[in-house]
Amino acid sequence: MNRVKNKLAPYLLVLPGGVWLLVFFAVPMVAMLSLSLQEGDIVNGYRFTGHWQTYTEAISAYDTQIIRSLIYGAIATIVLIVLAFPVAYWIAFYGGRRKPTYLFLVLLPFFVSFVLRTISWRQILTDEGPLISPLRSAGLVDQSFHILGTPFAVIAGLVYNFLPFMVLPIYVALERIDPRVVEAARDLYANPATTFRKVVFPLALPGVFAGVLMTFVPASSDYVNSEVLGSADTTMIGQVIQTQFLENSDYPTASALSFVLMLVLLIGVFTYARILGTEDVMKVAAR
Amino acid sequence: MSASNFSDPSLLRGLTQRRFGRRDALRLSGLAAMGGALAACGVQGQGTQAPASAEPDAVAQFWNGKVKNGSMSFAGWPLYMDPKQPELKKFTARTGIKVKYDEVIQEMGPWFAKVQPQLSAGQSIGYDLMVITNSFQFTQFRDSGFLAPLDHSKLPNYAKNAGAAYKKEAFDPGNAYSIPWASGMTGIAYDFNRTGREITKLADLWDPQFKGKVGMFSDIQELGNFGLLALGIDPAESTADDWEKAADHLRKQKDDKIVRNYYDQSYIEALGSGEVWLTQAWSGDIFQKNISDGTDFRFVIPDEGGTIWTDNMTIPVTAPNPVDALMLMDFFYEVENAATLAEYINYVCPVPAAQPVIRTHAGKATGEDKDALLDVADSKLVFPTKVEYDKLHYYVAFEATAEQQKFQKTFEPIVLG
Repeated sequence: MNRVKNKLAPYLLVLPGGVWLLVFFAVPMVAMLSLSLQEGDIVNGYRFTGHWQTYTEAISAYDTQIIRSLIYGAIATIVLIVLAFPVAYWIAFYGGRRKPTYLFLVLLPFFVSFVLRTISWRQILTDEGPLISPLRSAGLVDQSFHILGTPFAVIAGLVYNFLPFMVLPIYVALERIDPRVVEAARDLYANPATTFRKVVFPLALPGVFAGVLMTFVPASSDYVNSEVLGSADTTMIGQVIQTQFLENSDYPTASALSFVLMLVLLIGVFTYARILGTEDVMKVAAR
Repeated sequence: MSASNFSDPSLLRGLTQRRFGRRDALRLSGLAAMGGALAACGVQGQGTQAPASAEPDAVAQFWNGKVKNGSMSFAGWPLYMDPKQPELKKFTARTGIKVKYDEVIQEMGPWFAKVQPQLSAGQSIGYDLMVITNSFQFTQFRDSGFLAPLDHSKLPNYAKNAGAAYKKEAFDPGNAYSIPWASGMTGIAYDFNRTGREITKLADLWDPQFKGKVGMFSDIQELGNFGLLALGIDPAESTADDWEKAADHLRKQKDDKIVRNYYDQSYIEALGSGEVWLTQAWSGDIFQKNISDGTDFRFVIPDEGGTIWTDNMTIPVTAPNPVDALMLMDFFYEVENAATLAEYINYVCPVPAAQPVIRTHAGKATGEDKDALLDVADSKLVFPTKVEYDKLHYYVAFEATAEQQKFQKTFEPIVLG
């Protein structure tokens, strides 16, 4: 009897989450797949016709925005690694007793709504704002110089909004490094740079890997930053999808675009995992 | 719009008072509505193409057997009524009908997406009265058969007090399904200190002198309208060919880098910060911005013409208390009630007789209140004269959904670069 129970236990444990996923993820996904293959309009209703051409039409109409989103997402992710690694490294190795405080500070902006934080960046970057005004008065930039509405503003917004998602996983990975391993490297006459390159960084890779997944995917599909900080020339695919859903009530196109985006991101992530070699990463992580 | 500005009640008022855009702060609610749209998949259309104007027997059929129930719910827009709700209290005191007033509508698209599934299934949306703009979605609501035909024999005050322009609107011939709540104009707002000259015409929005300093609306209908008007085409009469020409004209404006950006509600902020010097604008916003922030922006209806839009009171066809709702609709057409509403919301009042009443109120008030009330009474933006009305055009009236989609697809690429 006990043995049966033990065998069932894992399944029972997975049940609540499984049902949740089924109801709130799998069912809507199937419904959306069906929607993407329907034809009609909002007044007369949409009917399933297997009209897959919606996909080709949507891709050819919005390929610019899809590619742009991936590029913005990729740039933001790279910048995030460069910015987040030193922060996580410092907290992990020099944070001392105050580590929880520093981590809390990293998370602090999250206590303000995502949208409001982005809107306050608008205020900072605006033409007459505290950043550009002094530069202009000093004659460092010309009269028409502006940041809002440029790709720079959008990518900067993405980086800012997703920074904690990169810092935390890298921190966790670094935190787990046994200080004695670093000591050993020193004992074996590795200089700090070599220690970092040969010991610390490889051990932190699982964190970087997780951070990339947690930032690249949402950054590429984000629509708030471009809406608030960008212009018509920085339109990302998330904005297109939301416009199709809410403004145009064009559910098939919106659904098709969502699937295309998901597929592209999945391919991207798998390729990335392949290249980086998840096996090794996981092996290190398991240690 | 900045976090810091959100603590300023006057700006918050200016921000939220508008009904079209408001996207910046409301994207999250958009997310929620998107969930609603998903839940609506396998969307059943209503399929019953309701006639553009209701047949008399349709009216009789709908109202037959409907009685006053003593309570009702009202779906409105944020800050589109004095929060103390003096008019509603008065209504309850007089009729005994309790009114639950919710400011649940922030944008037309998401609102339609939210209530469409219930209405399609013939279920109540929980509201007996809703205020909707004459945008694409108005046509969608009407053509889906979601709006109850109004019994005009129960709307005597509307018949008596509504201005002539509010009885013959292209989007709802004969006001079969709607009567106006308030109207507003779309024109050009500008900062004279920066432009250095008066702005009088749409062509100024294409003037290379203002390269990078011109704001346009991201709302497809607003943008398209100005493209058409700039070419001398009346939007209400325009054809698909005209739309192409207008789109080319707007694309040129964009490619020449004259347009700084396409804005939703955030255009006021952009004008305030000097990001743009002149921009497409909604009348009530500029009036309020000047009053609350002491700015001196000017609003003009361009020589080539501007547009007038209307937010309308409608009864969802599934409303459980339509008789109560109809009574409230008529109540707002009593001159005194129309006047107090206009005093608070500062949008175009559909009841011309409210103007002298507001003056009377001003006569009784003192100090700042008096000045504010006189400003409202004298404002051409709240009580336009014939000069203004002659320059105002209605939106493109779409006869079919396909036509509307064509319009959207024509202008959308400009905004969704």
